[in-house]
Amino acid sequence: MQLTGAEIVVKCLQEQGVSTVFGYPGGAALYIYDEIHKAGKSLTHILSRHEQGALHAADGYARATGRPGVALVTSGPGATNAVTGLATAYMDSIPMVCISAQVPVPLIGNDAFQEVDTVGITRSCTKHNFLVRDVRDLARVLREAFYIATSGRPGPVLVDIPKDVSNTKTEYTPAAGEVSIRSYRPTAKGNQRQVRRAVEMLQAARRPLLYTGGGVILSNGWEELRRLTYALNLPITHTLMGLGAFPAKDRQFLGMLGMHGTYEANMAVSHCDLLVAVGARFDDRVTGKISAFAPHAKIIHIDVDPTSISKNVRVDLPIVGDVRLVLEQINAVIQEEKLDQQPPDRQAWWQEIEQWRKKRGLRFTQGSDVIESQYVIQSLCTLTDGQAIVATDVGQHQMWAAQFYGFQEARNWLTSGGLGTMGYGLPAAMGAQVAFPERQVVVITGDGSIQMNIQELGTCLHYRLPVKIVILNNGFLGMVRQWQELFYESRYAQTDIAVAPDFVKLAESYGALGLRTDRPDEVIPLLRQGLAHPGTVLMDFRVRRESNVYPMVPAGGALQDMLLGELL
Amino acid sequence: MKHIISVLVENESGVLSRVSGLFSARGFNIESLTVAPVGDKQTSRITLVTEGDGPIIEQILKQLNKLIPVIQVVNLSEGPHVGRELMLIKVSTDRPQQDKSVRNEIMHIVSIFRAQVVDATPTSLIIEVTGDNDKLHACLAMLEPFGVAEVVRTGQVALARGNRK
Repeated sequence: MQLTGAEIVVKCLQEQGVSTVFGYPGGAALYIYDEIHKAGKSLTHILSRHEQGALHAADGYARATGRPGVALVTSGPGATNAVTGLATAYMDSIPMVCISAQVPVPLIGNDAFQEVDTVGITRSCTKHNFLVRDVRDLARVLREAFYIATSGRPGPVLVDIPKDVSNTKTEYTPAAGEVSIRSYRPTAKGNQRQVRRAVEMLQAARRPLLYTGGGVILSNGWEELRRLTYALNLPITHTLMGLGAFPAKDRQFLGMLGMHGTYEANMAVSHCDLLVAVGARFDDRVTGKISAFAPHAKIIHIDVDPTSISKNVRVDLPIVGDVRLVLEQINAVIQEEKLDQQPPDRQAWWQEIEQWRKKRGLRFTQGSDVIESQYVIQSLCTLTDGQAIVATDVGQHQMWAAQFYGFQEARNWLTSGGLGTMGYGLPAAMGAQVAFPERQVVVITGDGSIQMNIQELGTCLHYRLPVKIVILNNGFLGMVRQWQELFYESRYAQTDIAVAPDFVKLAESYGALGLRTDRPDEVIPLLRQGLAHPGTVLMDFRVRRESNVYPMVPAGGALQDMLLGELL
Repeated sequence: MKHIISVLVENESGVLSRVSGLFSARGFNIESLTVAPVGDKQTSRITLVTEGDGPIIEQILKQLNKLIPVIQVVNLSEGPHVGRELMLIKVSTDRPQQDKSVRNEIMHIVSIFRAQVVDATPTSLIIEVTGDNDKLHACLAMLEPFGVAEVVRTGQVALARGNRK
């Protein structure tokens, strides 16, 4: 069958089971857009209002569904606008395929109109990228792109398609069999000897601790993780990226660890004798001062990416493999040896943990005058039963959301953990809402962050996406202000953003519902009203202007040296 | 300690920049790097010399392996290997009171190092010398007094000895 490049793009997307593409058209992308138009309802295209929005939406779609997100942008500025979205997905290992259009092959390198070296620019913020100079390579490349994006340690893959390639015909053969790339063979199963050794170490430990990250979510491994945690009665802590893997309400869950982790989680890390890192990468926001991190512990590290192992922290037992499969192997050994029926006595360890828990490091007091941000999030969690899909931006609201929204399920938490991209939240929520039109999708954001991609309100209204936006509005770039207060003698350099739009009117101008309050007693009624509204809602909560996220481990400090804040 | 790392890659455009970009992005050193297609021209062999302690070299090897078009990575320094580099040295012979003895002396050095003269003009000689790092340095040091105008080096290439790959 003879097809043009653009037709092949659509065919390959359908072959991969893609039903939704997020994008923004432009000159070099016209042939591809023409085919998307012709594809009609079989391929939904969501038009964002900025390419960054399209990329984050594809990313949010991927995080919420586990399927690869697909974005489509034009050449030049379309591609450069996509870069932040790619880097965000890359840092958090999100499976995504971004198709960028390019100027025609004969013009490449000529400084043509809307030309940039897209593969050059995106090389370091994608898992892999391709420039397709010959239409005969197009189908193979697109299939490889999906395979690379979704296998091993997932990540974004970019395919750059010159305009003339999308308009050249070639023979198209439907996909047959699995993609195989001789230079790329990710490890799936863990080494069985090492798995057995891990079980022995778990059995022998007096003070074990599970420290799990985004890898558990990415590999769909949370059921296996829960099985293991319950079977051996293990305490468990999550990284920011790992939230939702284990139900937050459960007694065995110690909360998040790291810079803004709970007292009990950070103390447990500092005192455990065995730390089992699962799909986590010992990020500096987690470890604090490396030399003081888990000083008494032997470390087991389970990760699909060999480069993550012994990168920041030397580990005693590495297991390279898909997290879900390795956990499955571990659980099988536990079951086979009936270890779950004779768990070692760890009462003393649990008692110690309960003592730390009593410190209640996440305490706050909601008075009658000023709204506390934490109270808004806690109320939101109660009203949604911890079951909403929550997207955030970056800053104080993000940390409070991680601390106070008790996630009960995986894939409900969309946040830019690695890159820390302000402006991520609203478009990511759109992506999740497109995937799950019936579910409650909430953006928790700040007055700074929301303005970084506020234009996406237009997309929400265009596609009637009932996303609920909760702005914790303190008139500051709050997290930076917090650092300035604590470490720069309260010199608030360029962090006061009290001059802001009237968010209610702004929402209304787009056709959304805008709500506002500054009164604590109105928080719950207003949340109720907003959550119940069938359309897009923006809720502007005027919260305490100067409030800090605690506990806090100062950058480079040891985890056990947390600042606990005014109340403690 | 210096490490010679041999990387077999798919011979496709952009692969060299992926490798060199990895080194610059992660702050690893490259002392020398050579690349050329091998065998059926489907693949290329990159030989690079880098320096770092154990954990850094471990990261370099893993990160190289992680690149999609990289087929195989071997740290040749972990075992017996043969390393060679080629150097061209242009020695200026354009001096007043030039006498034959200078050229003779140069020829003498050339023969000691089993090098060869590959070009001669009234004002210069080009000498080609092949060997390991030490030999090249030694040869260059001997020729320096005669006035070295230019030097180019290929960077090291190496193979493991015996059956090791």
